[in-house]
Amino acid sequence: MKTLVILCSIGLLGLFSEIFNFKKYFIGIVFLGLAASIFFLIGDWNMNQPYFNNMILLDNYALSFTALLIALTIVWFILAPTYVEDNSHKIDIYSLIIFSLIGGMMMVSYSNLIMLFLGLEILSISMYILAGSKKDSLASNEAALKYFLMGAFATCFLLFGIALIYGHTKSFDMATIANAVSGSTGTEPMLVAGVLIVMFAMLFKVSAAPFHFWAPDVYQGSPTIVTAYMSTVVKTAAFAALLRMFITLFGNLEEVWSASLWIIAAATILIGNITAVFQTNMKRMLAYSSISHAGYMLLAVLAMNQSSAGSLLFYTIAYSVSSIGSFTILLLVNKTLGNDSIDSFNGLARKNPLLAVFTVIAMLSLAGIPPTAGFFAKYYIFSAAIQNQLTGLVIIAVCGSLIGVFYYFKIIIALFKDTETVLIPMNGREKTVLISTSIIALVLGILPGLIAGLI
Amino acid sequence: MLTLLIFFPLLAAIVAAFSGKSAGKIALVFGIAEFAISIWMLLSFNPNGGMQFGQDFWWIKNLGISYKVGLDGISLLMVLLTTFLVPLIILSSFGREYKNPALFYSLILIMQFALVGVFSALDGFLFYVFWELALIPIYLICLLWGGKNSLRITLKFFIYTLTGSLLMLVALIWLWQQTPGTHTFDIAAFYNLQLTASQQGFVFWAFFLAFAIKMPVFPFHTWQPDTYVDSPTPGTMLLSGIMLKMGVYGVIRWLLPIAPAGIEEWGFTAIVLSVIGIIYASCIAIVQKDFKRLIAYSSIAHVGLISAGVFSLTFQGIQGGVLQMISHGINVVGLFFIAELISRRTHTNEMNELGGIRIHAPQFATYFIIILLASIALPLTNGFVGEFLLLNGVFQYNSTLAAIAGLSIILAAVYSLRAFQKISLGEANNRTIKFPELTLQEKCVLVPLIIMIFWIGIFPDTLLSIAGPSVEALQHSITRSADMTMIKN
Repeated sequence: MKTLVILCSIGLLGLFSEIFNFKKYFIGIVFLGLAASIFFLIGDWNMNQPYFNNMILLDNYALSFTALLIALTIVWFILAPTYVEDNSHKIDIYSLIIFSLIGGMMMVSYSNLIMLFLGLEILSISMYILAGSKKDSLASNEAALKYFLMGAFATCFLLFGIALIYGHTKSFDMATIANAVSGSTGTEPMLVAGVLIVMFAMLFKVSAAPFHFWAPDVYQGSPTIVTAYMSTVVKTAAFAALLRMFITLFGNLEEVWSASLWIIAAATILIGNITAVFQTNMKRMLAYSSISHAGYMLLAVLAMNQSSAGSLLFYTIAYSVSSIGSFTILLLVNKTLGNDSIDSFNGLARKNPLLAVFTVIAMLSLAGIPPTAGFFAKYYIFSAAIQNQLTGLVIIAVCGSLIGVFYYFKIIIALFKDTETVLIPMNGREKTVLISTSIIALVLGILPGLIAGLI
Repeated sequence: MLTLLIFFPLLAAIVAAFSGKSAGKIALVFGIAEFAISIWMLLSFNPNGGMQFGQDFWWIKNLGISYKVGLDGISLLMVLLTTFLVPLIILSSFGREYKNPALFYSLILIMQFALVGVFSALDGFLFYVFWELALIPIYLICLLWGGKNSLRITLKFFIYTLTGSLLMLVALIWLWQQTPGTHTFDIAAFYNLQLTASQQGFVFWAFFLAFAIKMPVFPFHTWQPDTYVDSPTPGTMLLSGIMLKMGVYGVIRWLLPIAPAGIEEWGFTAIVLSVIGIIYASCIAIVQKDFKRLIAYSSIAHVGLISAGVFSLTFQGIQGGVLQMISHGINVVGLFFIAELISRRTHTNEMNELGGIRIHAPQFATYFIIILLASIALPLTNGFVGEFLLLNGVFQYNSTLAAIAGLSIILAAVYSLRAFQKISLGEANNRTIKFPELTLQEKCVLVPLIIMIFWIGIFPDTLLSIAGPSVEALQHSITRSADMTMIKN
């Protein structure tokens, strides 16, 4: 709970920093605050403590995902001072990020559906603004508008679904709902409709096909630094929320939703991967690749067993780490060469061997090739899914990963082409991020046991 | 000691990566040291002792993954083949300048690390990790030092082989799922599984595709000729000499004992595919104009025979398969080295543009013909013993197929001797008129190969006695689990 309080106070502090004129120190305060909140999280480990009249429950699932979200935000703040371009509103942007982190934390630790809705709204509204934070760019404005319209629509769906579930179970509280649902036969129209509508709303947020159309445009239009945040923190929070809901509430309604989710997962994997092959813009390619990763993560939801949570945590860590790494590389390349196309990577390995090594590790990890974290992430998810007799879907996912290899390797191949190239300068912040993400990707690839048994 | 043998090349790779221009010599020294370690292990090996040098501790405990390694006669021979060939491959590359040598030699050593790992892993997951790990250095070697088309060709190669290995991963996870109690990837637990015939059919196909792509067996061979021709020669040697043996080894160690009923059902298909591959590849080899491409197709033919013999499930077939893997590794590395020498000296591998080399370089021609004859399987050379045993095994299985497979020896004689004729005999032209004789360094590569060719040809028992008890034990476990399946059905 202290974590939530600390985060809220940092966010509010940011809004006042303009008036009291301590803008210079704000970033320091952010780092201190985030570090302190991780510290308090560790103190809550194994306590299973409910807070605010059972509104949130800090079990180990919530704690580990919150810690991941905060850690990713710390990494984001290391990069931010270089890349947030809008100087006059820098602090506003930082505050919005903190607010969306609060939303994300609520989404992973809710034990009442109202808190899920609140968290999702806090997260999304901050993201709508951030998507449009490059005010003079048409693409950024388009992204914000598109994101807002589609997002608002999905939020309505969520609320509608929650209302229907309330109608059947007479409660918003997760424990009560779970009790009511456990006696259900799976034929009550209100409950079934509610479950499916809530599921679709959440699938929209994680950009699963066929609700994925907003994702590429929004990812490409937003400032890259915001996209990096979206594709890691926001995605992790949304998935953790989705899994938390399905595991605690709808486990025994599996026949209601599993068939449609099966198809959606398969479609997401295939559409994401196949479309990514044809992209020439790296940012857009990463957007489609993030759609395909959403498909793999849906396997963890479908698996519905005790290894689901652990495998999802591992996957989100592996994916976010390599994703932040690749966005950093993209930012660096864009800063020097001024565009995001895959061709701009041509021949970079010659003059930037270090950057090439980081890129190769990030791409291998996204493609899921040992000895990187991405391999074990896929491995855990696949083995969880096979335990639940999803062999067919796993084979589709395997084919998807193969297609994935094709476009991730396009980047690696481009790096080693024989063309004239430039030196890309790296500052200490960028190096810190790249070195730490690469090390994490390798360490988790060799010793996955560090995370695997956690929850 | 086995762990030392596995990780020593990795250490060597790290040292080589930071040693700049002298990386090649350092890599060679490490390679010879590694060979010495493996010889030492050979001397302390007891052929009748089953799995030896074993080590077993948890790697990822909650998933039942352990670091379990050990060697029996079959895997010891494969490890020896690796440690014997890698120093020669390194030495053979000294005659040509490779840009960025530190990276080049350290990738070769990483490759060796992964290969020794594959041959000694006794845990399904560990096996898979080493198997995949072997792919990355060879991919980079072919990509960075390959010819003009290397981008397209190596990507095809990578995706092809990755398809197979991911299918294998699915099968491994599935097997893991079947193990009783807390699931484990231990090979012994896999051996003891009692799967129904249809389950074994699934396991058979998932493994078979992975191994068949690696070997490669017809019709999964399309990646191979392009990759061989386009790669730098040390890469080709690693691929053809050692890496494709991973596929055959995988069949012997994993596929046969786990899914014997699957082989009962589908083995005939596998053998027929192998035999088609033999004939098909031999016929294509006959019409090749490029020498390197000719060797690539001949390699498909030879491996087809190995796989047919192994799938026959007879003692002679498997025994011959093991022996022929060694012989083929030695011969094909020799042939690719010869091709490399020709292209270094004349800048071409087109056989029509060559000729008359024997006149100016009689020594070269002598070495060349010896290696060729070994690959045709002339008596007293290593190829003869292996092919004889293999054909014997196939014959016990089905005499018609054996007769067709036997054609491979005749066809091999046709394309090999034709190549020799075009390259070495006849009139010298302006490309070959000044063909220089072998240097000392090049002889250092060829002489050990020639010695091994005759050694195995004349005293095959020295190797067969190492592998024999292990093959027998393997066959015993196959029949035992086949019986269990029968009872269950």
